Amino acid sequence: MAVSTAVAVVGAAESDLGATGKSILHLQAQAVTRALADAGLCLADVDGLATAGASRFSAAQVAEYLGIEPAWTDSTFAGGSAFEMYVARAAQAIGAGQCSTVLISHGSDQRSARSRSLAGAAETHTPQAQFETPYGPLFPLSHYAMAAQRYLHVHGARREHLAEIAVAAREWALRNPAAFRYGAGPLTVDEVLAAPMVSSPLTAADCCLVTDGGGAIVLTSLERARDLRPDPVVVLGYGESTTNAGMAAPDDLLRPGSIGSGRRAFAMAGLGPGDVDVAEVYDSFTITVLMTLEGLGFCGPGEAAGFVGGGRIRPGGAFPLNTNGGGLSYCHPGMYGLLLLVEAVRQLRGECGDRQVPGAEVALAHGTGGVFSTHATVLLGVDR
Amino acid sequence: MTIPADEITAPWWEATRRGSLLLQRCGACRRAQHYPRALCAACGSTDLTWTESAGRGVVDSFTVVHRSPFPEPQAPYVVARVRLAEGPVLLTNLVGAAPDDWRCDEPVRLTWRPVGDGRRLPVFEKE
Repeated sequence: MAVSTAVAVVGAAESDLGATGKSILHLQAQAVTRALADAGLCLADVDGLATAGASRFSAAQVAEYLGIEPAWTDSTFAGGSAFEMYVARAAQAIGAGQCSTVLISHGSDQRSARSRSLAGAAETHTPQAQFETPYGPLFPLSHYAMAAQRYLHVHGARREHLAEIAVAAREWALRNPAAFRYGAGPLTVDEVLAAPMVSSPLTAADCCLVTDGGGAIVLTSLERARDLRPDPVVVLGYGESTTNAGMAAPDDLLRPGSIGSGRRAFAMAGLGPGDVDVAEVYDSFTITVLMTLEGLGFCGPGEAAGFVGGGRIRPGGAFPLNTNGGGLSYCHPGMYGLLLLVEAVRQLRGECGDRQVPGAEVALAHGTGGVFSTHATVLLGVDR
Repeated sequence: MTIPADEITAPWWEATRRGSLLLQRCGACRRAQHYPRALCAACGSTDLTWTESAGRGVVDSFTVVHRSPFPEPQAPYVVARVRLAEGPVLLTNLVGAAPDDWRCDEPVRLTWRPVGDGRRLPVFEKE
């Protein structure tokens, strides 16, 4: 099954990133106005809005702030993968004629507001509040740490293999002036291993940044996109999978939902892992990337530790991965999923300067939310 | 911190006072489940009865928490997934050994930690 009505991304932008001192809605407004300017469109053209994290009624909140009354909204709350899910919903809404121009946006002030806690958010009515929280797991870190521990045990991998993900991300960040760690210099495997242990086997250097940040993308029909200034970036396929809310629920920690989301996205696009020129894979933690690469079929179970070695995922390597520096070294606002899409779009347009992947025609963006809970894969391509 | 309970889970929590770890057993598919629910998550049946776990299992995975925002337990402590012999996986703590002295797949047995109001939390120690 192919995407029924061809839909394209026609605008993409970041807000200010890092430690901004700006509010959530200010960052949203920055990202939105920049993405619309990139597309050559204005707010009056927007009749669809998808966003999360602004408030309980996120779409209403952001729509009011922007001064628009959209005919279609989505505020599906799925953590980091929500924005990849919005691409799917937006393509369907445009295809069904419910709206014509969709804005997908996010903004987070979590570093300036010091709103991030190792405990996560408390929801006392959930089963996890009764049967998991009393044991003191860090949320979401301890779940990924247990997945990593099991991964190392079953596959005979070492912490050095996890560390390579952070080291490669830093190499890419050194080529991205917008990255939080742009001027920080290279990171070594030994430095990752020697960083303070937080939830074993993951150290602070295995964990993504905590920064402010935001972004926005604009989608419309491919037909209309061809009349706009930027080169259209076509939505080739998408797929998702939602697997669990708590840490005890998955029967097998090493079978993530990316197996299902990737299979569905590739089937829709009529492509396979070998067709991907550049991959933007949510790196909340180093283990997230190893397991997602396996889930998406870039390598077999237990093979990611070897796959990422030998410089393959670093600049100049055969498998360009997380080319903006990722959540580990570029930016990680409350939910990073939108910035995966922004980088994928820019790579396909050839706008990435020192970090540009030459001739990139197919890009993959994969979001992961919660405790390996929600998974969404989007395949994007140049207009042929 | 008072651990919440609800109308479905209250019998499970009451049983912890007498040192009994309950599971739900489905009358239709015979699967055991944890945590207690209003239906069987394997087949959808609402024919559920309580059964007592023998308290034996293996460590599926674990993590040593070195930096914690919680008042209890005191870091470093071990958070783990334990797979009971009856099938279900529980989130729990591993106790009675040094935090760095645990391995995946090692056998463990049930013990209890009081939570201050007469109820107790099932935790696990080395077999």
